[in-house]
Amino acid sequence: MIPELGHLALWLALGVSLVLGTMPMVGAARGRLDWTALARPSARVLFALVALSFVCLAASFAGNDFSVLYVASNSNRLLPLHYRITAVWGGHEGSILLWLLMLTFWTAAVAQFSRHLPDAMSARILAVMGWLSFGFLLFVLTTSNPFDRLFPAAAEGRDLNPLLQDPGMVIHPPMLYMGYVGLSVAFSFAVAALIGGNLDASWARWARPWTTAAWFFLTIGIALGSGWAYYELGWGGWWFWDPVENASFMPWLVATALIHSLAVTEKRGSFKSWTVLLAILAFSLSLLGTFLVRSGVLSSVHAFATDPKRGLFILAFLVIVIGASLALYAWRAPSVGLGARFSLVSRETMLLGNNVLLVVACGAVLLGTLYPLALDALNLGKISVGPPYFDTVFVPLLTPLVFLMGIGPLARWKEAELPDLAKRLKWAAGSAVVATIVAIWVHGGIGIVGALGLLMAFWIVASVTTDLVERLQPPAGTRVALLQRARLIPRAMVGMMIAHLGVAAFILGVTLVKSGEVERDVKMEIGDTTEIGDYVFTFRGVREVPGPNYRAAQGTIEVSEGGRAVATLHPQKRIYTATQAAMTEADIDTGLTRDLYVSLGEPVANGAWIVRVYYKPFVDWIWGGCLIMGLGGVLAATDRRYRQRAKKTVRTDALGAVLGTT
Amino acid sequence: MTPRRKRFAIVGGVLVAVGAAAALILNAFQSNLVFFYSPSQVAQHEAPAGRSFRIGGMVENGTLQRDGTNVRFVVTDTAKSVPVRYTGILPDLFKEGKGVVAQGQLEDGVFVAREILAKHDENYVPPEAAEAMKRAQQGKDQKLAETVVPSPNAPDIRPKDVR
Repeated sequence: MIPELGHLALWLALGVSLVLGTMPMVGAARGRLDWTALARPSARVLFALVALSFVCLAASFAGNDFSVLYVASNSNRLLPLHYRITAVWGGHEGSILLWLLMLTFWTAAVAQFSRHLPDAMSARILAVMGWLSFGFLLFVLTTSNPFDRLFPAAAEGRDLNPLLQDPGMVIHPPMLYMGYVGLSVAFSFAVAALIGGNLDASWARWARPWTTAAWFFLTIGIALGSGWAYYELGWGGWWFWDPVENASFMPWLVATALIHSLAVTEKRGSFKSWTVLLAILAFSLSLLGTFLVRSGVLSSVHAFATDPKRGLFILAFLVIVIGASLALYAWRAPSVGLGARFSLVSRETMLLGNNVLLVVACGAVLLGTLYPLALDALNLGKISVGPPYFDTVFVPLLTPLVFLMGIGPLARWKEAELPDLAKRLKWAAGSAVVATIVAIWVHGGIGIVGALGLLMAFWIVASVTTDLVERLQPPAGTRVALLQRARLIPRAMVGMMIAHLGVAAFILGVTLVKSGEVERDVKMEIGDTTEIGDYVFTFRGVREVPGPNYRAAQGTIEVSEGGRAVATLHPQKRIYTATQAAMTEADIDTGLTRDLYVSLGEPVANGAWIVRVYYKPFVDWIWGGCLIMGLGGVLAATDRRYRQRAKKTVRTDALGAVLGTT
Repeated sequence: MTPRRKRFAIVGGVLVAVGAAAALILNAFQSNLVFFYSPSQVAQHEAPAGRSFRIGGMVENGTLQRDGTNVRFVVTDTAKSVPVRYTGILPDLFKEGKGVVAQGQLEDGVFVAREILAKHDENYVPPEAAEAMKRAQQGKDQKLAETVVPSPNAPDIRPKDVR
């Protein structure tokens, strides 16, 4: 009964999404308040129905209902309960249902927090989101129904892919999907504004916190996926330029461009059409990512769906959504207007540079991801584009981006002066160079690219510090206590500074791990040692240990540094009972300045094993940097300003204006 | 500068920047493309010497030899075979009789792999490997290919222990 209830809820949701997609839209066009008033309740009911359906599927997993095909394919009695619940999104059908749940969640959230918007505007936004829900509900119901029954029922399930039986996989997909789908809010804002013809600074102000929130989830989601790949795939890499990773990275690049361009649109009224185009692009790339991952056109770990019908459906949906929104854009954008003029040297120009570089970077990733697929589809041969291509492209693109990141926040809107900027930033530039030289001197040979990476990281830190110090300077002729001045810096500004520092931490991590990592595969007999730097790894043998749904060969490796014990690591080689699949579980000793990473290869004679021993300096800074970026995003999205205007009490803070709010 | 010339400078600057970036990207793209060859193509000397490429097929049964971290095996597309040498740890899903994709260079008729790709589950054949065997099958015994390449469209959802 439970699966049928979930299935029924989806059909009801389809009907509700149709109402949400049409009535408020027509109502907004004709000025019928009774029709636009339908938008909010429909959005809430839609979310409730999809959530009910999701809970039904989770209940089927929890109750080991192997008469449901999807449950039988992705679960097993031996699977611990928490993994049975997360197995809901361990396969294609459930992932799409999770996507849908997130979409309707964002829709309900917009319904809840859009009361300050004009009625017609919020109705149009919710209607656009209703259409998106309709499309995905249709997709689930026609091609990917997770509630399909299996007759006769299986006695035992086929088990969840062992790679996905991991805490990282519990939160990575929901976070990533929150980000992917969160971009639909910016998209809906853009489409609604194009339809309504009211693209102005207040539109940008409404869209900003939503976009930043989606960007936050996307950032954290990508970081979690990268961390998972690092410790779970057993290779010690943190980014493979795999098409699935690129599929999430492309929307991130465009979303990053979008939050910067929205700032210009809000503050100066410029870049309007460009901002709208970015909002459309960002969500289109989310859909493209969904298509790439879900249609099975790729060969990678995520490609567990291989059904051409599904691929065609998403492709058609993609074409309709992108085509319709771009057509609307082409039709309405010329009437949007250009906004305020700005000088050749100004914060606008810097942010324009940022946008161009981010979009070009996205284009480079798109080329590297789609070109091999296109060639293959046209039967022109099989090629692949590996990490060297992306590495070659990203260093020269990121260098000017980081340079601008230092200058942009200090440049004035509308018109800035180069000599003035140079004067204000000379200390930052000088200290960045000195810090780089000192770091190279302390650290030893690091190479040209490594030195460039260090310089970039220090430049960001130094310029953010300069920015902060300037903002804490009291305006001429006033005396304000330091603490009070600090409090007057808008929270969004603090968020920006923190996010930029996060980029610095990220760059530092990437640079140091790339230049200093040591990877060694060695054959080790019991008692053998291998050394990396000052660390001595001693192999103490392997013994068999049981797990809930697997058995494992567990190695013991002691690590010491200068005779002092540092850690005892227990990497495992697991064989999962249901699938007989082998899995390598690495064990890592994590530290602020380095990770010691050990995993088991194959057994050789006499209890000896091939052991993989890695030394990864500063690798955790990569994810730490992403977390800091995310924190900056949270601060920026929750700026008081966005809520204050909501209450329609525009308070002008004289001192705040003097100190310069963004 | 007049506003018109300023705007011209901005647009021109953006165009030059994008142009330079495009040149950089396409150049990097061109020099980092990795082509794929099947064992039959390698046997006919179609694969480039001195350049990295990918090879795909099935690990021939009984050819896997291990000596510490040095590994030797033979990749076949059921028509022709290529010996492969690799140093390091093989992925969990590497098995004799299963599909494999390797990236590396030819040295004296031996494919020296720098990377063995196997990021897939056991029911899944890397498309390159499937392609190599499909190509080799054209004009050959069709049944053999079917035993080698499980159809990706119809995964067997029944667990092995279900009766």
